[in-house]
Amino acid sequence: MALALQTFPTVKDANAALQAAGTRYLGGGTLVVRAANQGDVSVSSLVRATEPSLSAITVSGGKVRLGASVTMAAIARHPELAWLAPAARAVGGPAIRNMASVGGNLFAPAPYGDFAVALLALDASVAAEDGEVPIETFLAGRDASRSIVTSVTFALPRQESFRFLKVSRIKPKGISVLSIAALLERADDGTITSARIGLGCMADRPMRARAAEKALLGCRLTRGEIAPALAVANEGIAPITDPVASAWYRAEVLPVHLGRLLLA
Amino acid sequence: MAKVPVQFTLNGSEKAEFIDSGTTLLHALRDKIGDTSPKGGCHQGTCGACSVIVDGELRLSCLTLAETCNGAVIRTTAGLAEGGVLHPLQRAFLDAFATQCGFCTPGMIMAAKVLLDRTPSPSREEVVEALSGNICRCTGYEPIIQAVLSAARSNSQNVA
Ligand SMILES: Cc1cc2nc3c(=O)[nH]c(=O)nc-3n(C[C@H](O)[C@H](O)[C@H](O)COP(=O)(O)OP(=O)(O)OC[C@H]3O[C@@H](n4cnc5c(N)ncnc54)[C@H](O)[C@@H]3O)c2cc1C
Ligand code: FES
Ligand code: FES
Repeated sequence: MALALQTFPTVKDANAALQAAGTRYLGGGTLVVRAANQGDVSVSSLVRATEPSLSAITVSGGKVRLGASVTMAAIARHPELAWLAPAARAVGGPAIRNMASVGGNLFAPAPYGDFAVALLALDASVAAEDGEVPIETFLAGRDASRSIVTSVTFALPRQESFRFLKVSRIKPKGISVLSIAALLERADDGTITSARIGLGCMADRPMRARAAEKALLGCRLTRGEIAPALAVANEGIAPITDPVASAWYRAEVLPVHLGRLLLA
Repeated sequence: MAKVPVQFTLNGSEKAEFIDSGTTLLHALRDKIGDTSPKGGCHQGTCGACSVIVDGELRLSCLTLAETCNGAVIRTTAGLAEGGVLHPLQRAFLDAFATQCGFCTPGMIMAAKVLLDRTPSPSREEVVEALSGNICRCTGYEPIIQAVLSAARSNSQNVA
């Protein structure tokens, strides 16, 4: 399958070229070039932009900005993002992580999108040329999106408040059975004052465990107090079935792994 | 299909070719330039047989478009031996029976090379992690892990 690649120095020019039929944006290419190699004829041409800001990581003033072309490897080795490294290292093997971009992960269908699960828990904003939207709005509308994502931004959390877990069958790397990211703020007595939980593989794209988030408020992280949250962890989920696990299995093990993450 | 120019350094020598736009680096290396050391196993990113080193980083050449490597410094397993003398990793793979059919070997060696370039004395876990994107259907992996550890040991003896 022949592909044509057009490279532009600015996002503006690349965006204009992206409007042509059959054209897709090229991030690291781990999904889109693979699709072309597999004979996906819906992609006939690729565009990319080389604007340096797309590859920049900025941590300042309590905010983190990741350019859309930033790779998982760059995040995993960034000294100020060590707390986020487990989510970046959850993506593929070493070569994939040198290629896989933040922007591409936002579009990756389940069982992929492990890093986007972390961004969902972190309440990131997703920026494009025409403005910024909350990640949930972005994920809901991503299939119709025709503009280049330029960056994601989120507030730098207190390191101990972020937790991430990916469950896979093959170690050390393998496709997700599920992934979970949680951002938990706690009062001095240990009770949870706010909770945001992102789930991967529980739908075709990352989703929040809203019922569990609500049930956790006012609880301390003990087996007894988190039980009501685990009991509602499955609310609203529609897990995927693939060769790694069935929807039934994923639903069965979600509360177990959420419990482990919360009690870790 | 329009031809586009690509130019990069491959194992120390300058290469310039006209290729079809959208050609993968794997295809360009094997079928245009004639370096058949990167292997095409799956073309899906899953086997690692096509691994090469681009600007010091391990990459899957089957998922990399050659045009995106303009100006890059590329290393493949074909360029490791010097003056007819095998690279310590190549020697260690032979000595440890870490290569059987050999199809995975060039990719394994590339993955091991980026590891040893950054971490000259890796732990076993670090070796396993570094090779985790590469599949071998013959050896059962243990001889490969031992070969990488042994190449690291012989490197450190040479330095000492
Ligand atoms: C062997 C293998 C293992 C993998 N393992 C994992 C894993 O464990 N976890 C995981 O999450 N993923 C995994 N992936 C999937 C993939 O590598 C990642 O999701 C990666 O982050 C995708 O990013 P990319 O830059 O390579 O995307 P690309 O392939 O470049 O793009 C993917 C899609 O997103 C669009 N896109 C990319 N960037 C932008 C942008 N800035 N603006 C607008 N559209 C954009 C593209 O047009 C395309 O439709 C794996 C893939 C392979 C091949
Ligand atoms: S051929 Fe590239 S990973 Fe298999
Ligand atoms: S030696 Fe045959 S695949 Fe590894």
